Amino acid sequence: MPEHELPLAVPDAPLDALRARLAADAAGAGLLDVAVRTLDTRVGALLLAATERGLVSVTFDGEHPDATLERLARELSPRILRAPARLDAAARALEALVDGRARAFDGPLDLALARGFSREVVERLREIPYGQTRSYAQVAAAAGSPRAVRAVGTACRRNPLPIAIPCHRVVRSDGSLGQYAGGEAAKRLLLAVEAG
Amino acid sequence: MSRAPFESIVEAHGARVWRVCRALLAHADAEDAWSETFLAALEAYPTLDPARIEGWLVTVAHRRAVDVLRRSSRLVAGEPADRPAPERARDLDLARALAALPQRQREAVVLHHLGGLPFLDVAAQLGTSSDAVRRASSDGVRRLRELLGGADA
Repeated sequence: MPEHELPLAVPDAPLDALRARLAADAAGAGLLDVAVRTLDTRVGALLLAATERGLVSVTFDGEHPDATLERLARELSPRILRAPARLDAAARALEALVDGRARAFDGPLDLALARGFSREVVERLREIPYGQTRSYAQVAAAAGSPRAVRAVGTACRRNPLPIAIPCHRVVRSDGSLGQYAGGEAAKRLLLAVEAG
Repeated sequence: MSRAPFESIVEAHGARVWRVCRALLAHADAEDAWSETFLAALEAYPTLDPARIEGWLVTVAHRRAVDVLRRSSRLVAGEPADRPAPERARDLDLARALAALPQRQREAVVLHHLGGLPFLDVAAQLGTSSDAVRRASSDGVRRLRELLGGADA
């Protein structure tokens, strides 16, 4: 018997409110391992993810985040929910950086996704002062592996926290920009903002 | 094998679970039951069979809704009574009528017609046969029509 013949009309689900409620309940119960939200910025739509320890991932695929969500489920935990509240502060801090109103990310970071040599490189990236750049070779030397220039390039591209951790400040020795997860235009814009 | 992000489970089944909860409960209670259902799923997620999660959610939602009905004999009395929009009146009638069905008929109607589970899945959830579910569903729908005064609007 077709459903439309049945007197079973139910009001539409208020899904946004339900999701917010679930995210709050899950956080309260200690079951929200990874909170995610999108953020529209001048460098594109970002997907932000945070654990209880801090911001853990920033990617430039806010409009099509499925692949990143799958990866976060695999590498961190499948207990992932859209939970904008937990990420409000991180979102404001990132916006401040993109708009040039802050010189460093203000808030806790979780480096769980940067392992091994990548972790070593990411730590060196955090030491590059605002408004300055370094070459891939210089970062390799700082990381104690001067010959690992190519590996540094890979580590920069895989930086789990671009913008917050300034991999955009690493450029080629010849002065050209080099690769960037958010595309060359985004890298150029971030460097221009820092140059004032 | 890795599991899908739980967010995709909410995306895929949020509306379905809401229909089950809201058919039986007033808005605020339905919100509670919806959130409790997904919270229970989130907790059990590492051990839930991905192929059966839909049936699991619908069954748990129904059980939670019935628990709320039992706890508070309020039924839908939690709704403000001073907004008698036609939709609303019909909606309240549906909740009352469903609550008045014998358990098996209500389960069959809610799980199949509102939760969208095939008879076979409902039967598996209730530990009975597909034929028994089909009969209970058909009896339940007939009884619903009587309770609702043959409303076909």
